[in-house]
Amino acid sequence: MSHIIDLDHVSVTFGDLHAVSDVTIKVDKGDVYGVVGYSGAGKSTLVRTINLLQLPTSGTIEIAGTTFFKDGVAQISGKELQAKRRNIGMIFQHFNLLNETTVIENVAFALKHSDLDDDAIEKKCYELLDLVGLKDKAENYPVQLSGGEQQRVAIARALANDPEILISDEATSALDPQNTNQILDLLKRLNKQLGLTIILITHEMDAVKKVANKIAVMEHGKVVEQGNLRDVYLRPKAELTRQFVGGSLAAADTLRSFNLGELSDNEQLYQVVFSAANVTKSIILELYKQVGVDVSMLYGNIEVLGDEPVGTMFILVTGTPAQQAKVTKLLKSFNVEVSPVDGGILA
Amino acid sequence: MSELISKYLPNVASLGWTGDSGWGTAIFQTIFMTFWPAVVGGILGLVFGLTLVLTKEGGILANRVWFNICDKIVSFFRAIPFIILLAFIAPFTQLIVGTQIGTTAALVPLSLGVFPFFARQVEVALESVDRGKIEAAQALGSTNWDIIFDVYLSEARAELVRVSTVTLISLIGLTAMAGAIGAGGLGNTAIAYGYNRFNNDVTVVATLLVLILVLIVQLVGDWLAKKLNHQVR
Repeated sequence: MSHIIDLDHVSVTFGDLHAVSDVTIKVDKGDVYGVVGYSGAGKSTLVRTINLLQLPTSGTIEIAGTTFFKDGVAQISGKELQAKRRNIGMIFQHFNLLNETTVIENVAFALKHSDLDDDAIEKKCYELLDLVGLKDKAENYPVQLSGGEQQRVAIARALANDPEILISDEATSALDPQNTNQILDLLKRLNKQLGLTIILITHEMDAVKKVANKIAVMEHGKVVEQGNLRDVYLRPKAELTRQFVGGSLAAADTLRSFNLGELSDNEQLYQVVFSAANVTKSIILELYKQVGVDVSMLYGNIEVLGDEPVGTMFILVTGTPAQQAKVTKLLKSFNVEVSPVDGGILA
Repeated sequence: MSELISKYLPNVASLGWTGDSGWGTAIFQTIFMTFWPAVVGGILGLVFGLTLVLTKEGGILANRVWFNICDKIVSFFRAIPFIILLAFIAPFTQLIVGTQIGTTAALVPLSLGVFPFFARQVEVALESVDRGKIEAAQALGSTNWDIIFDVYLSEARAELVRVSTVTLISLIGLTAMAGAIGAGGLGNTAIAYGYNRFNNDVTVVATLLVLILVLIVQLVGDWLAKKLNHQVR
């Protein structure tokens, strides 16, 4: 199946600076794809290649079946590109609304080249404002609105041409936590209701954790890790990912504070990951009853990834190698993901 | 009233209202010499200012050649002191309006004198428009014309009114110098009938009239800029 966004070996260089180097990202229709990284990692530059606001240096860009860029040259330009861009909505950190025009005029601006007549445009604008819950603010000017409301107007504007794709460039970074949550909830709702494919650039892991199903982590213009949110989140491989995930850092800190020293030969540390909704049995009790091992829980945490509550535990099991093998087997039979952790994490 | 003027400002009264040296004539000439160059210089300044911003590196129509041409023209005319410009372009003036002296002849150098100043002001005003707004419009699939009218000119309109006010006031100042080519106006009255003839009352009254004119422009400009601005709560 073809991808709605297909970035293949894309690089962007500014003189000597490799803003984006050799990035390959495939996004399926209906995905909420989080791109995480610190500022300067090249996230914004990368996503701007999707609508060719930024021309790449090399690579191939294919959006919704149209080749935008190939063999070092843009494959579409001018009028055609303008038309295609209307299929890709974009929202920004600082909203970028037109401050001298009212809320409804801002939305209508996006429909300037649509086939709709004036009445239909007005009707559509009200529908869009209704969708983001701002119908009663249509005649206000942007500065009269809060940051969260301005971002919702920007979302209404970005959706005016019924795009298949929405790019969110740090859209919640300038907002307070309450507004951030409202915007993320709205994005999630739009993803479900309209089947909108969303690219979410952010430096806040919490935002990605809340709405994304896939994630790419960027550093120095490169993608250091990508995959399903759950996999990347629970078992981060790259050091940077660990920093963003934070959870496993907190776990490591907690574990270290136990000062357990060297583990003895019959002690083994495990990371246990489970979907909290599915696991009803008491894992620790079952391990004791069925395998007869002594289990200490050193760290436990439940996070909500997307809609799914996911639990992470670190347990220390004391038992013979044969018992340890049974532990792994039993846990797997409970639909629990288990991986032995090197005792070095405790040092 | 007129008796009071005759008593305390005898020289002012002797100039009369109409006629070559009359106050009414001078006021009309000053307004005439402000209005037309404001229109012509305004359009030229807007076009050059816009071109500078659009063709600048990173602009939506980035083009080094066009930028440099505009930039050099503006810099060149801006560098020439106005009083010299009056003489310098006299042949060109002759070509355009058919005469080198008088109020009409002053319109050409005044337009050319004011447009580079205005172009730079427009450039600064348009650059105050956040790049992000341009980018947002591009992402929406806007055409360059949309961006020029609905983003640049619309978003910067209060700022454009403000710089137009400043330009208009400096243009009123320039008209005073146009007296050098026999263009008349209040500035000429102050120098020729006031200062040169030791009629201080004429100088003072002419100056006051110029001040009133400037004040009106300033007040209208401020009011309009405030009315058009929705960026601050």
